[in-house]
Amino acid sequence: MNLEKVFFAFFIVLALTLNFGFFIGELDEPNHHNVYELFAALVVSLIATIMKFGDRAHIGAVLLATSLVADLQLIAAVVIWTITAHATDAGMTPMVLASIVSLSGGALLANMTSVIILVTETVMFRR
Amino acid sequence: MHNVIYLLLRRMRVPLIVIILSYAISILGLVLIPGMDDQGNPWQMSFFHAFYFVSFMGSTIGFGEIPYPFTDPQRIWTTVAMYLTVISWLYAIGSLFSLLQDQAFRRVVAHTNFAYAVKRIREPFYLVCGLGDAGRLVIRELAEHGIRSVIVDNDETRIQSLLLEELPLHVPGLTADVSDSSALVAAGLYNQQCAGVIALTGDDHVNLTIALTSKLLAPELPVICRAESHDAQANMASFGTDAIINPFDTFAERFAMLFHSPSMYLVYEWMTSLHEAPLSEFTAPPRGTWVLCGYGRFGKAMQKSLSFKGIQTVIIESNPEGTQAPEGVIKGRGTEAITLHEAGIEQADGLIAGTDDDANNLSIIMTAQHLNKQLYCVARQNINSNDAIFAAADIDITLQPGRLIGKQVVDMLTTPLLTDFLRMTSSQNEEWANILVSRIVGVLTDQPPETWALTISPKQTPAVVQLLKRGATITVKNLLMDPRDTATPLPCVALYLKHRDHQELLLPADETPLQIGDQLLVCGQASAETHMRWTALNPHALRHICTGHDRPSGSLWRWLSTRRSNRISS
Repeated sequence: MNLEKVFFAFFIVLALTLNFGFFIGELDEPNHHNVYELFAALVVSLIATIMKFGDRAHIGAVLLATSLVADLQLIAAVVIWTITAHATDAGMTPMVLASIVSLSGGALLANMTSVIILVTETVMFRR
Repeated sequence: MHNVIYLLLRRMRVPLIVIILSYAISILGLVLIPGMDDQGNPWQMSFFHAFYFVSFMGSTIGFGEIPYPFTDPQRIWTTVAMYLTVISWLYAIGSLFSLLQDQAFRRVVAHTNFAYAVKRIREPFYLVCGLGDAGRLVIRELAEHGIRSVIVDNDETRIQSLLLEELPLHVPGLTADVSDSSALVAAGLYNQQCAGVIALTGDDHVNLTIALTSKLLAPELPVICRAESHDAQANMASFGTDAIINPFDTFAERFAMLFHSPSMYLVYEWMTSLHEAPLSEFTAPPRGTWVLCGYGRFGKAMQKSLSFKGIQTVIIESNPEGTQAPEGVIKGRGTEAITLHEAGIEQADGLIAGTDDDANNLSIIMTAQHLNKQLYCVARQNINSNDAIFAAADIDITLQPGRLIGKQVVDMLTTPLLTDFLRMTSSQNEEWANILVSRIVGVLTDQPPETWALTISPKQTPAVVQLLKRGATITVKNLLMDPRDTATPLPCVALYLKHRDHQELLLPADETPLQIGDQLLVCGQASAETHMRWTALNPHALRHICTGHDRPSGSLWRWLSTRRSNRISS
């Protein structure tokens, strides 16, 4: 068992599960989307990205790319949340929440791709 | 470039994760811990405020407790978070700096920059291995001729000294093991623009490896190699190394020439030394007994040359067994009067100080001259920077292996015609050489002569080509005339003419007609080269030299002059 591989897979899968936890629920229902979960999803996604740094194999490059996409989507979601909560008078409206959640849905897709690549690589790796 | 980024990212992985984690923990703590607003109501920090606060706290800017003064639990947590973030920042910045200072990382950066610089060269370049005296001279002379080169040496300080050289062209340098084929590939062995490989390290085996590598990986590239032993020379020749330069053999052969033909030696010196050959003729060395100190590669070559001339030698060698010296060798360094006395220095006519240590060679010469003032002295100078002390000592002829090799390589690459000329002259006798020397001295003032080559081609001599295409006859003499005053010849001598069909003419006669594709080697005052090239470029100047009068260049004047000549003839 390779400890590095354990950490690697752990963060990639955790990024997906946290992302999924935030995304699931009614699209514009504030009670279904917890801000702590978004925070955790972003932090784990950033760590997963850094774990993929410096891997020169082709598959490593694709993993890094999917991770960067997830980061970008989540950062966009967080920025929108911050602006609506602190810099607008209207506050959180169902419409804004829907767009935040759909952005995290995009990140979810990217994270899913990451996990699929990870699983494929693991299956191909016959040892 | 990719290498550097990947290495940077991989090495920064842990510090970056530490920063993110410490930020995440600090932010989460601040969001969870209850606070109080200015009215005393319970209040909880949002993620945005927490991120804002941790960002300026972590970078120790410190704007105070905002938006409301903190409660004690918040302060306790902030104390923890402060140390956490500051330490993780210090750790990250520290590892970044240590990475940038890291020898391995810097080597990768240097290697990457070098490979990029080589890839960017858009004109033919030579790959030079070994930055010793010879390598330094070769890259300098090539750069002055406008020819690009790249250099590989395994000594970092030598490559760094390249920066202080102030060469007219940028010469990329790489510190790497030259006998490693990947270093040669990085230096552009596979590059389309690579014009040849020049192996000039001081180690025969390394030179052999370089020649072998380049002949295997890039068989079409010419390879020029330095070799100091006959073994290595034969080995290099066996797989088709294009040119092998043995400084000791070359010098010994030249030296032998001095005995029967000092004029020929002078011609060689003029053509092949670096603008410092004397104008005066050399005197033939005495044919009596010679004392030879040091029976290494140089000593062996000299002994062979001297015995070929029928001259007796007495050998002094400190390690007779190791050098396989013949019977009757005197054991010692030659730096002490007693050894020299034993070798019979008082009765000898000549002395060769040929050890591989400059201080010893000078010491031998000075001790010997003290014992016998009439000695003809030959010294081997191993390091170029010892010029001043060798010049101060009273030495008749000095061998500088680095200079000899370097100049030979440069001549081969820049003036291949010179090599042909010298090959042709070697079969001539002393009388011929005397005539040549007196002709060359006749055109000189007080500077030693310069040698240059001219190819009759549209690029180098457009004027000549233009007139030849119109059916005019241009002779060697036409080019040797002063364009400013067509009755005076330029101060130079045509040495050698190589026709397009490889027919060769030594000292071509003035009336020899020139054809397109001919190559002409000329020697004389440096100013003559400028004027000659001007004639070759300017059709009016050339026509004036050929016909003696100016032809109108504008259409109107040309029409008028035709009318006038018609009227005169009718």
